[in-house]
Amino acid sequence: MSIVLVGISHHQAPVELRERAALDSKRASELARTLAGERSEAVCLSTCNRTELYLADESPEGAEEKAEAALLALEAELGPALYRLRDEDAARHLFRVAAGLDSLVPGEGEILGQVRAAHAAGATGSILDRLFRQALHAGKKARTETAIGESPASISSAAAALAEQVFGDLRGREIVVIGAGKVGELAIRNLVSRGAAIAFVANRTAHRAQDLAARFGGAPLSLDRVGDELARADVVLSSTSAPGWTLTREAVERSLPARKGRPLFLIDLAVPRDLDPEIHELDGCYLYDIDDLEAVVAETLADRSREAKRAEEIVAEEADRFRAWQASLDVVPAIASLRARAEEIRTAELDRAKLNDAERRAAESVTAAVLNKLLHLPTIRMKQAAAAADGVIYADAVRHLFGLEDER
Amino acid sequence: MAELLFWPALLAYGEAAFAYLNDARHPGISGRLATWGVRIGWLVQTALLAVQAARADGFPWSTWAGSLNLFVWLVVGAYLIWGCQPRYRLLGLAVLPLAVVLLVAARVGGGTTVGGHSHYSNVFLVLHVGLVLAAFAGFTLAAALSALYLWQERRLKRHETSILRLRAPALSRLDEVAARTIAVALPALTLGIAVGVVRLRDRGGSFDALMAVTVLTWAVYTGYLALRHLAGWRGRRAAYLVLAGFVLVAVVRLALPVTHFAT
Repeated sequence: MSIVLVGISHHQAPVELRERAALDSKRASELARTLAGERSEAVCLSTCNRTELYLADESPEGAEEKAEAALLALEAELGPALYRLRDEDAARHLFRVAAGLDSLVPGEGEILGQVRAAHAAGATGSILDRLFRQALHAGKKARTETAIGESPASISSAAAALAEQVFGDLRGREIVVIGAGKVGELAIRNLVSRGAAIAFVANRTAHRAQDLAARFGGAPLSLDRVGDELARADVVLSSTSAPGWTLTREAVERSLPARKGRPLFLIDLAVPRDLDPEIHELDGCYLYDIDDLEAVVAETLADRSREAKRAEEIVAEEADRFRAWQASLDVVPAIASLRARAEEIRTAELDRAKLNDAERRAAESVTAAVLNKLLHLPTIRMKQAAAAADGVIYADAVRHLFGLEDER
Repeated sequence: MAELLFWPALLAYGEAAFAYLNDARHPGISGRLATWGVRIGWLVQTALLAVQAARADGFPWSTWAGSLNLFVWLVVGAYLIWGCQPRYRLLGLAVLPLAVVLLVAARVGGGTTVGGHSHYSNVFLVLHVGLVLAAFAGFTLAAALSALYLWQERRLKRHETSILRLRAPALSRLDEVAARTIAVALPALTLGIAVGVVRLRDRGGSFDALMAVTVLTWAVYTGYLALRHLAGWRGRRAAYLVLAGFVLVAVVRLALPVTHFAT
């Protein structure tokens, strides 16, 4: 059985093409079952960045054609963007995908769950089951043994991670949001998902403040009253299109006595900036604007790239292990036939010897031990030869020497 | 023979110190190795102290070097309460090298030997020394936490881009834990001083400079807690005050061999 991969990804296909080839989990599962038929195995991995078909089939050429046809049926223009990989290369590719090494943001965590879901929904047999299990193992190992997925990869997640550097657990922390536009929404989601709660939403137009407050919690507030509510806030998130400061140093300074030393973390996502940079000079106030956050993200992405090198080594090890396993499949039938033939001869000779019970038990024990010792080394050597790609030659030689051809 | 327990304890603390350093550069398995180094080192040192206690004639840590041995054990023990959490591993960088140096000093001064004779005549003195040492161990840890706070705060103020790579505990958490440590250590110091004063009256001794500095230390940490609760002193100012208190702790510890201990 050979493994065949045909697919498209963000590397070659623009989003306009990818979205036409994207399949939901139900359709992906149906496609896998159709491609697998009675005698093959198939898995369809479809995410926003890739649609890939993995097949295990006796005829790699036929499997490749089937997979190609299936993808071109989804979108005829996919042709130039398609890539095709086989066996070891296909396995290595899947391991890299599962480890997040082939993702837009190296180490992103979502892909591992998507690979798991594709495996569960696929039509797998012994080959693809082993391939996907090992890919999931490689993905987990890359994440636990390197820091590839640890640091935030977006401005909004970096802002939330920095807030955690100030407060630790964000549960129970209160946010004052200034500006109800789309820009701040991702950061709000990130902060809220980590347990913070919105206290107030201040905006120039009241209905948009009410709308955001209705979706994320909190109460609407007029812009000129933000300074009055600062004593309560732990985090201030500002993202308006106002030309001047929405919050000045003086306003924050006035709130400090009532804060009793509690730190204040301020996030300014606006361009031009909303928050007076001098706020950062106040004791216990930490202001990060868009440039500061971008610099932090650039550093964490550079870290991810550095960690990716270590993750690549893990993937290579896992790919080697898979290759050795797959190669051993070539010699396993020959080994099994050889052992079966030896066992058959042993049993026949023992039957012919007409021994009493005690003698039979002793003879069985001795002959079984002789047989095991005799076949141990050839078994090991054939498995080693299989790993070194000579397995088929050795298997054929064994079949020929011991007359096992009929047992194929 | 039991004195040989010193070496595995030192080795484990040393290993932990190096592993913490490596963990700061490449987070991962080094952190776990460091944590196990601290645990094993502390258990071995506990065994050493237990053997010392079992075989001594009276209080086994009555010399300055012996008290240093006990002090290291108290500091590392206090650190172990939360230092094994991944976020607090950076604190190990401050605590473990200090533990190694002080343990070596204790060894050089003969504080890790077994079967010594106590210079302390009564239980009040043992209580006095034990309580003051425990309090000083707490203040040492609080100082390490405050130093870590100031470092982390400076990184946030400077917008250091590596801040999410080399993650320290959160500012608020460092501030809180330092305050809690002091809140536990201060009653021990208060009691230790009270026992010392009672004994001084009984024996009619005089009030020396070291005692004055110890009382000043007590005043600084009492002031710290009072300012924290009454005036909302937190953050940078509070951390500097803790470090100022620690300078006094260091002065008292360094002066001990000269004034209080027979060598």
